[in-house]
Amino acid sequence: MHAGITVRVHSVIWQKEETALSIKLLHGVRVPHRKNTAESVPVRIPTPKTVTIPMSMNIGAPAKPVVKPGDTVKVGQMIGEPGGFVSSPVYSGVSGTVKKIDDILLFHGAVSPAVVIESDGEQTPYEGLAAPEVTDLDSFVEAVRMSGVVGLGGAGFPTAVKLKADPAKVDFICINGAECEPYLTGDTRTMLDDTDLLVEGIAMLQKFYSPEKVIIGVEDNKPKAIAKLREATKEMDGVEVAALPALYPQGGEKVLIYHTTGRIVEEGKLPLDAGVIVLNTTTLATIVRYIRTGMPLTERRITVDGSAVRNPMNVFAPIGTPLRDVIDFTGGFKSDPRKIILGGPMMGIATTDLDQPVVKNTGAILCFDAKDAEPPAPTPCIKCGRCVNHCPMNLMPTDIERALDLGRPDLLKELKVNLCIECGCCAFVCPAKRPLVQVNKLAKIELNNYNKKLKAEAEARAAKEAAKNEGKEANAE
Amino acid sequence: MNENMIVSVSPHIRSNDTTQTIMRDVLIGLVPAVIVSVVFFGLRALLVELFCVAVCVFCEWLFERGMKRPNTISDLSAAVTGLMLAMNLPVRIPLWQAAIGCVVAIIVVKQLFGGIGHNFANPALTARIVMFLAFSSTMATWTAPNFVDAVSSATPLEILKTGSAEGLNLLHLFLGAAGGSLGETSTVALLAGGLYMMFRKVISWHIPVTYIGTVFLLSLLKGGFTFAVAEIFAGSLFLCAFFMATDYVTSPHTNKGRLMYAFGCGLLTCLIRFYGSYPEGASFAVLLMNILTPYINRWSMTKPFGGVKA
Repeated sequence: MHAGITVRVHSVIWQKEETALSIKLLHGVRVPHRKNTAESVPVRIPTPKTVTIPMSMNIGAPAKPVVKPGDTVKVGQMIGEPGGFVSSPVYSGVSGTVKKIDDILLFHGAVSPAVVIESDGEQTPYEGLAAPEVTDLDSFVEAVRMSGVVGLGGAGFPTAVKLKADPAKVDFICINGAECEPYLTGDTRTMLDDTDLLVEGIAMLQKFYSPEKVIIGVEDNKPKAIAKLREATKEMDGVEVAALPALYPQGGEKVLIYHTTGRIVEEGKLPLDAGVIVLNTTTLATIVRYIRTGMPLTERRITVDGSAVRNPMNVFAPIGTPLRDVIDFTGGFKSDPRKIILGGPMMGIATTDLDQPVVKNTGAILCFDAKDAEPPAPTPCIKCGRCVNHCPMNLMPTDIERALDLGRPDLLKELKVNLCIECGCCAFVCPAKRPLVQVNKLAKIELNNYNKKLKAEAEARAAKEAAKNEGKEANAE
Repeated sequence: MNENMIVSVSPHIRSNDTTQTIMRDVLIGLVPAVIVSVVFFGLRALLVELFCVAVCVFCEWLFERGMKRPNTISDLSAAVTGLMLAMNLPVRIPLWQAAIGCVVAIIVVKQLFGGIGHNFANPALTARIVMFLAFSSTMATWTAPNFVDAVSSATPLEILKTGSAEGLNLLHLFLGAAGGSLGETSTVALLAGGLYMMFRKVISWHIPVTYIGTVFLLSLLKGGFTFAVAEIFAGSLFLCAFFMATDYVTSPHTNKGRLMYAFGCGLLTCLIRFYGSYPEGASFAVLLMNILTPYINRWSMTKPFGGVKA
């Protein structure tokens, strides 16, 4: 299908022999696993004194606050309503009093209004909580919308938008339990601790979408999760647990889809265009918990790890909890932290601010000491081609960097930098330690500007042409 | 605490490979050939090798100091160039000539084009060719190796030029008991070093296998099996295929491109060996393909996953 050599047995191991899928794996890298917390059953941290809950925790429109300073709120009470179609409601994870609503600067650079709640320590559940009635696809999608769930694997895309799909178009549903980022074990815990929620969720998905197959994709470095899921789903028809090679970025959406179904999501298209819906394991479990109990997304499982952390472990923390409280609960730092990462080490975002709140898609807080924090100094590219030969999207990062340096957006277009998923394989393998992900992010902006310019030019030309034609017609008359 | 925090773009972990570890592996890959050169050509071989390494490193240091550029001698690439150049020289080469070769390699071919990563041709290889043309008598004075009774001054390739492998001992060729430059004679030593580099994933199989395979097949067509085996064992083919043609900077960076490039190297080597006036064509072939590399990179662009033609 596409050129490239991966030195491996190119097959995906399936639960059931007769459905073996033989495809050539996309490129990837063997990152260190460092799943130190895989056996750590999450502990709920003590209720934080204050939480700061941002209204913008999803791709799309931020939620609109529906509380005002002085209001009392309870656990599970809505404090922000969806601000549009591609949006998601926000709920309080503590009971207490709204102190203020203020704009804050989030770790990823966006400014968002945030509701600051002082907790009363009681954790009184909201009396209006009720399990939603789910009878058909529409009521299911509405329940997902009201659960406040967004892509909890990290993407933060409102899940209901993705699930609002014509069942006739859905051939496969992939449950993403790959968890390919080093350190992270939250999804692993979901698969082990919430297996029943996943099974119920899969049954629901089968009922509402009637897909050919539901495939749970798990990297083969999690044998316990694979065994448990296989055991739990062995009576179900059309459900497979695929043990995928632990090759980062196995959990990347396009990668997972290809490795489990053989389908290719084309440029500019969505997974649904290829007949696939992908849901993260924790996302699905959270949806099912809401449908069972009426308790929406108010807290999440977080892996706390890294060389500066005294006791790496998994915790449950209410959304809005300051990072500092989470880290302090685990036992604090054992050495001076020099880098704090929200998410995994391959794609996570670094922050300097321990007062940042936990948000819906905070899967991990990683703290590194000086030795691991400093990015290595880049040296000149020696054109070894490792970036090219490890890119899962088959792009050519070294050429992209050169095209960017030369100021050639036309080349960037040809090199299709827009397809980059920013997984970081190129920069990981680069012996010259070049910041290739940063380069690709910049190149995407350049390409966007170039495309806009081309479009504006084409429009101007068309307008001129139209004006000329009009003039001619007028003359003819 | 916050003032000390570092923010950088992901990924936050990197592989352990650096330019330096790669160059170190290339140097290790050349160790068997160095040992064999001392066995067959005596201690002067080691002297030439160390001298070239020292001069190349010194040239790099001096030039970068003079140009106020960051110093790159610790990446070991200059040491690799020095050793590669020495591998291409006869044992009796006057040291002043070797020094000129080093200056050409490091200053003219590498640094004047911008240093590591920016040269368009392999520095050691280009220096060899310059020396071959400038010092044609000393560069073609081959000393018979130790332990070999044959005192014929003719190199294996000169014999092969006649169109047959008669009088050649294939085992001697394989072990390296033949006339030639320091590092090119022993097929087995170069193979061992090459396999080490492949094992360490410094090089992939694409270039050496395609290059040597092409020469073997074309020779097979021309002169039969014994002739073909003698052709691949003789001269600098293994040195060029494993160590020269695989130079990252001057070879294509996609596997498809590497196949095209290596086939070109093999084809040109055979054309020069069979029909040219020089007995050895590997160096010229690789240099010509170095020059074509930017074009090969254009012709061998990867097909992005899920990409749609605009």
